[in-house]
Amino acid sequence: MSDDPGDDGPSFEERLKAARSRQGLDAPPRSPGMDPGGLGQSPWGIGLRVGIELVSALVVAVAIGYGLSLLFGARPIFLAVFVLLGGAAGVLNVWRSFAPKDHQD
Amino acid sequence: MAAQGSSIDALSQFQLHTALGPLGAAVNFSQSNLFMIVAGVLTLGLLWIGMRPRAMVPGRLQSAAEMAYEFVYSMCVDTIGPEGRGFFPFVFTLFFFILFGNLLGVWPYDFTFTSHIVVTLALTLAVFVMSTVVGLRIHGLHWFSYFVPQGVPKPLLPLLVPIEVLSYVSRIISLSVRLFANMMAGHVMLEVFGAFVIMLGTAGVIFWIPAGLSLAVNIALIGFEILVATLQAYVFAILTCIYLHDAVHLH
Repeated sequence: MSDDPGDDGPSFEERLKAARSRQGLDAPPRSPGMDPGGLGQSPWGIGLRVGIELVSALVVAVAIGYGLSLLFGARPIFLAVFVLLGGAAGVLNVWRSFAPKDHQD
Repeated sequence: MAAQGSSIDALSQFQLHTALGPLGAAVNFSQSNLFMIVAGVLTLGLLWIGMRPRAMVPGRLQSAAEMAYEFVYSMCVDTIGPEGRGFFPFVFTLFFFILFGNLLGVWPYDFTFTSHIVVTLALTLAVFVMSTVVGLRIHGLHWFSYFVPQGVPKPLLPLLVPIEVLSYVSRIISLSVRLFANMMAGHVMLEVFGAFVIMLGTAGVIFWIPAGLSLAVNIALIGFEILVATLQAYVFAILTCIYLHDAVHLH
């Protein structure tokens, strides 16, 4: 009786699952790993996160660019290049944080 | 001390003093160090005293210790994968050090050592160096392919690799500043509204209503601070796990 080859559609487990999800009793499946559990969803939290991600890349880039410019002479070419790269890296950071979750990581 | 005279002194709460009397003064032992030790002792105490009964049906403290253990353990394994078990002691230590530091700071007269960027930067550097070394040890030189995005035309690589490297290095800043800024901002707000209560309360009967409102805001802020303290400790730990995941799995 235990392995009854029922030919009347889906099993009890499947029907129960469908009914539970219809009623919204199951928690939506969490995307594993990369999503820090829906943190900081308040507008202030999101704003702070975006700001920190953007600025931190720029800070690192400016520090590196400034150091290289000091090392290699008077013209701040490295600083100019690294500011642009840092801005791009900041946008990359924000994209990493807020990319659509079905995006393969 | 917040509202001396007519100005609000919101930042003096972050100044370091020597603690433990002349002994601490002799070795520059500050109240920040003192509360780091308190946080460590509390963590150890929770585990040691909590787990002493070793009951099959745990009491309250044992439940707390077991839940703490399992929470961090599942966080490690879920985020990093099976390899996460090896990093569990590190993440557990980090999480509870920051959690107790943040929560102690909400307590009156206590000092929040996580509101100093030196402390958070040191913690972040430990995480950063560790995840880099782990990546290099597991993958060898192949680890550097982490900086080469997949499916990108070759001519673009000289542009994209520096951007990826900058994005990687900027984790140091973003991780440390996030914790530091959250803790410092919260405590400045508490101090400012606390000063409002004193200044308005002593300014005359007309100002008692705004003083009461400030007090209400301060009460709400304390609750909010407890939330932020827990959340930021969790964020720090889960981001550590994500960085270690990147180091172990590359992409």
